[in-house]
Amino acid sequence: MFHLAMLSSAAPGSGAVSLQLTPVDYLILGSYFAFVIGIGWTIRRYMKTSSDFFESGRSLPAWICALGFIGANLGAQEVMGMAASGAKYGIATSHFYWVGAIPAMVFVGIFMMPFYYGSKARSVPEYLKLRFDEKTRTFNALSFAVMTVFSSGISMFALAKLLNAILGWNFDGCIAVSGLVVLVYIYTGGLTSAIYNEVLQFFLIVLGFLPLVILGLQDIGGWDGLMHNLDAYSDTKDMPGAWSSSWSHLGSAAANPIGIEWFGLVAGLGFVLSFGYWCTDFLVIQRAMAAKDMNAARRTPLIAAIPKMLFPALVILPGMLAIALYHKGGTAGLALPIGADGNPDYNMVVPAMLSKYFPSGMLGIGLTALMASFMSGMAGNVTAFNTVWTYDLYQRWFKKDATDAHLIKVGRVTTVVGLLISAVCAYAATKFNNIMDMLQLVFGFVNAPLFAIFLLGMFWRRATGHGAFFGLLIGTLTAAVFQGNTLPVGETASLLKGGWMSVQQTFASSMAQSFWMAIFAFTGCFLGTFVISLGTKPNRTTDELRGLVYSLTEKTRDAPGTPWYARPTLLGGLVLSATLVLNIVFW
Amino acid sequence: MQLDIRLPMGVLFLLLGVILIIYGFVSDPVIYVTHSLGQNVNLIWGSIFGAFGALMLWLARRAARKP
Repeated sequence: MFHLAMLSSAAPGSGAVSLQLTPVDYLILGSYFAFVIGIGWTIRRYMKTSSDFFESGRSLPAWICALGFIGANLGAQEVMGMAASGAKYGIATSHFYWVGAIPAMVFVGIFMMPFYYGSKARSVPEYLKLRFDEKTRTFNALSFAVMTVFSSGISMFALAKLLNAILGWNFDGCIAVSGLVVLVYIYTGGLTSAIYNEVLQFFLIVLGFLPLVILGLQDIGGWDGLMHNLDAYSDTKDMPGAWSSSWSHLGSAAANPIGIEWFGLVAGLGFVLSFGYWCTDFLVIQRAMAAKDMNAARRTPLIAAIPKMLFPALVILPGMLAIALYHKGGTAGLALPIGADGNPDYNMVVPAMLSKYFPSGMLGIGLTALMASFMSGMAGNVTAFNTVWTYDLYQRWFKKDATDAHLIKVGRVTTVVGLLISAVCAYAATKFNNIMDMLQLVFGFVNAPLFAIFLLGMFWRRATGHGAFFGLLIGTLTAAVFQGNTLPVGETASLLKGGWMSVQQTFASSMAQSFWMAIFAFTGCFLGTFVISLGTKPNRTTDELRGLVYSLTEKTRDAPGTPWYARPTLLGGLVLSATLVLNIVFW
Repeated sequence: MQLDIRLPMGVLFLLLGVILIIYGFVSDPVIYVTHSLGQNVNLIWGSIFGAFGALMLWLARRAARKP
């Protein structure tokens, strides 16, 4: 997943940025921790059934689910990684939002949520069981469970390494404290606690980073000053204007800093990777499935799309400001540490901006917002992990007749174990960085084709269990073979970078390689599932497929008198129109 | 409905707002010249945090009154 790739790059290198905290900053940080834990403690008494613990009792209003939906995604990769990309690629980073997120969020809300929510499945793998078969579910559940604890571990590692680098805090202490805080609030309050904290973190991150953007813009001379300095920076990179436009340099891969052409971007990021993440990843889908009714579940990703659409101003703009200020230099400039490759250490953009613009007080807020983003990323992964482990693996393979009270107990133990494994991953990352990158690559192989079986499963009733399972394997294999035969320019062939079979094709950047790998994996899986399904007997009857497949499911209609903002189709149309306008404005 | 999230959220943001406002009054003005372009960001953003917290509390209170 492209989000995972970003997460790894968010781990900072050794930087010269250093923040000095005063007692007021510690007071702010302490207040936040106390509230986060307090929320879990307060709602622990509502955790009576396993549905309360794992699904929030399907009782939450749309706006809370929507902010949880977006908050779970607002992890470290978003705040640190997107600011880094904003500095590295300029406005074109907005493609990760306006192409790589919004269309998929609208699609899942309007077309897919009726199946997830309406089927009464408790998780995404369970939907696969209902629609296809047990082996497809288990394959998805296993790969997802491993990926979530691993992602949580990487978040933990990145947080500890960052705090160690900029504040000099003890690495082990950071791992222990961040793990314990997340543990306490999920252990006590389950998914509701995680979602409530994600809502809190959402507002904290928005209000905490907004002043940074405003001060940066004032300093550089407003939007015109920013554009002027970015254009001057683009000139030094022999790509005039590339940092200040989103589409006009996508004619060829050599003309923009991302190193991708428009088709690879739209098909790879905008379709395969984006739809694969937003429409099938249980981490985000779980938030929508906690909604109180079908309408609220469908509106969850649509409401979430509104802040998501505007996030480039909050997370990409600081990166653009940082590189513009860095280029400007002098007393008004920004000091960024230089990485091993001679370029600025983009991962230190946010800490450098915090250090420059935030005095004591606001610095505590900024740091709290940063830590909130790491912890919301961890908590999102841990809640998705404990649900999938308990429902899709433990209850299915170890204790089919488990009582409800037993499932809650298993969920709580799984939370502890999940965080312990995350901590092990975090320590492994300090010693074997290549193994972590390797694991991410393997997850990329498994995830890239995933959307194909959901698309066929939901919209083609003839798709079979064997077709889905073997189609998924074919897609994964296609990804591995593609990677083994391609290489980004300037890299030497290796298991990690690609080309380990032979080099048939080179790409301008590793991002272009991964986008095209996703396109091939999706196509392999789609064709494999299609052909194998036609060659195998349907394993579900028409009755069994009702509520799971588009053609056999009664269309959900808005009740008469429903206001415009509660109509999913209209809301989706408005969100897409606004996104189109943003693309045109920043063309 | 379980706990109304706007309640703890309102209290936290109000608390953070008050901390920032107090610090904005008592802190050495030099820190604003060296960092935030001469603006007392603690006072400004403390007010915004406090107002947001108060709004959340008001919304929670209004919702609790509804039958």
